[in-house]
Amino acid sequence: MDLLVQGVGHSYGKVRALERVDLTVKAGEILALVGPSGCGKSTLLGIMGGILQPSEGSVALRGKPSERSLNPFTYVFQDFALLPWRTVAGNVELALEHHGLGAAARRERVSAVLARTKLSEFRAAYPRQLSGGMRQRVGIARALVVEPEILFMDEPLSALDAQTRELLMEDFLALFEGTAATAVYVTHNLGEAIRLADRIVVLSRRPGRVREIVQVEIPRVARGEIGAAGEIAGLERHLWQLIRTEALEAERERIDD
Amino acid sequence: MTEIATSSPPAATTMPFRGGGFEIVPRPLIAAASLALLLLAWEAASRFGLVSDLFLPSPLAVCAALYRIAADGTLWLHLSASLTRILGGWTLGTACGLALGLLMGIFSAVRAAGLPIVSALFPIPKIALLPLLILWLGIGEQAKIATIALGVFFPTAITAFSAVDSVPRNLIRMAQSFNLPWRAIVLKVILPGALPGILAGFRITTSIALILMVAAEMIATQHGVGAFLLEAGNLLRVDQLLAGVAILSVLGLLISLVLSRLEAWLLRWR
Repeated sequence: MDLLVQGVGHSYGKVRALERVDLTVKAGEILALVGPSGCGKSTLLGIMGGILQPSEGSVALRGKPSERSLNPFTYVFQDFALLPWRTVAGNVELALEHHGLGAAARRERVSAVLARTKLSEFRAAYPRQLSGGMRQRVGIARALVVEPEILFMDEPLSALDAQTRELLMEDFLALFEGTAATAVYVTHNLGEAIRLADRIVVLSRRPGRVREIVQVEIPRVARGEIGAAGEIAGLERHLWQLIRTEALEAERERIDD
Repeated sequence: MTEIATSSPPAATTMPFRGGGFEIVPRPLIAAASLALLLLAWEAASRFGLVSDLFLPSPLAVCAALYRIAADGTLWLHLSASLTRILGGWTLGTACGLALGLLMGIFSAVRAAGLPIVSALFPIPKIALLPLLILWLGIGEQAKIATIALGVFFPTAITAFSAVDSVPRNLIRMAQSFNLPWRAIVLKVILPGALPGILAGFRITTSIALILMVAAEMIATQHGVGAFLLEAGNLLRVDQLLAGVAILSVLGLLISLVLSRLEAWLLRWR
């Protein structure tokens, strides 16, 4: 199903966060949202996923979610948002607890997704016993267990160290490989956006507007290969130029204030 | 070049260590020894006549008094009356305080209505209300239980809504993003998230309840540790008075122990 952002604007009190954003997320694509700090990326994601009411405009859906999907619009949070009093399995199961599934069916789904995300041996551990990377893996398992139609990922790797980020990025690529997953991925890391996304939306400084939409033509599987390095570097340079100008302007405006 | 090759390197010295310290480490021996030393000094001061037995009997005399009141049933008579009051008052105050505090934490309208009233009544020393409560409820048990309950109610309500406030909003948003119903969000996210704050509040309210219990029992009461202390003081039975104080100390420690166990069990995920 497609997700259509129509004339969305948003304000936090007197602060204007977003201005007339029009955008379409097509079924099966991974769309990255990038932009300078404070440009309203996470606000836009919250509005797109229906957990934040926009001040203006609306978000529409075209098509029907699959029957199999228990929670069509599912989030992966930057700070993992795990319940510290529940075990790994308990956190994943939370997402299934109000969908009319029996205990046995829930357990079966939880076991399957924990195996898929390489968490089976940690099912009885509490979040505090896990590293940051493992915690986010639990967040991803919890999102996948409901078979989402669209995944909303809010800087899922930004709270992690570089090595863990790299490992989880490989996991993301493997998870998305061969599936028709639709995802909106907010990041400030251009490398992540280029490796994962089909299209990259660059937002302007606050109030965030769509500055440019960049299509990533290189097939996802080829993006790690040496042959694609030049093209990827060029893309990253282009994106950085767009963001740099906006970030510098934003900095200047802050000083003027 | 030649010069460099032939000259011997300066002798290596050990890097001076500047870390360490500023760490509190358990020293159980010192803890036991300090307590024993205090008791010994007290005992010695009594034996050698440095303090009057009338005003400060020796620890052994206090122990003997404790044994006597335990053996003749006086201790249990007073202690059971006190325990009934503190348990009744604390449970009533906690139940009502938790109900109001949680509602204030969840519903803006209840917070708006309740906060000014709670804030205005919280600072009143609740023992000051005992005469009024006696007028309203009579000289019996109800006035004493109500005093303890009132003393517990306000801090419980305040800690409960603060504990709800401290539940990270992102956990609630997460639950909403998975379409959890309102009731499930309250039961599975807000209440467990608020539990550490609520349990921390229990430590404060149990000590308030203990103070109010003793104070309330000193007014027109026949049985209770407070009444026993007052009577012992009036009759200059200082050994019994100190035995009563020791009982209160043990009671406080036991309450603290029960709460620690409860915390360890309920918050085992920490």
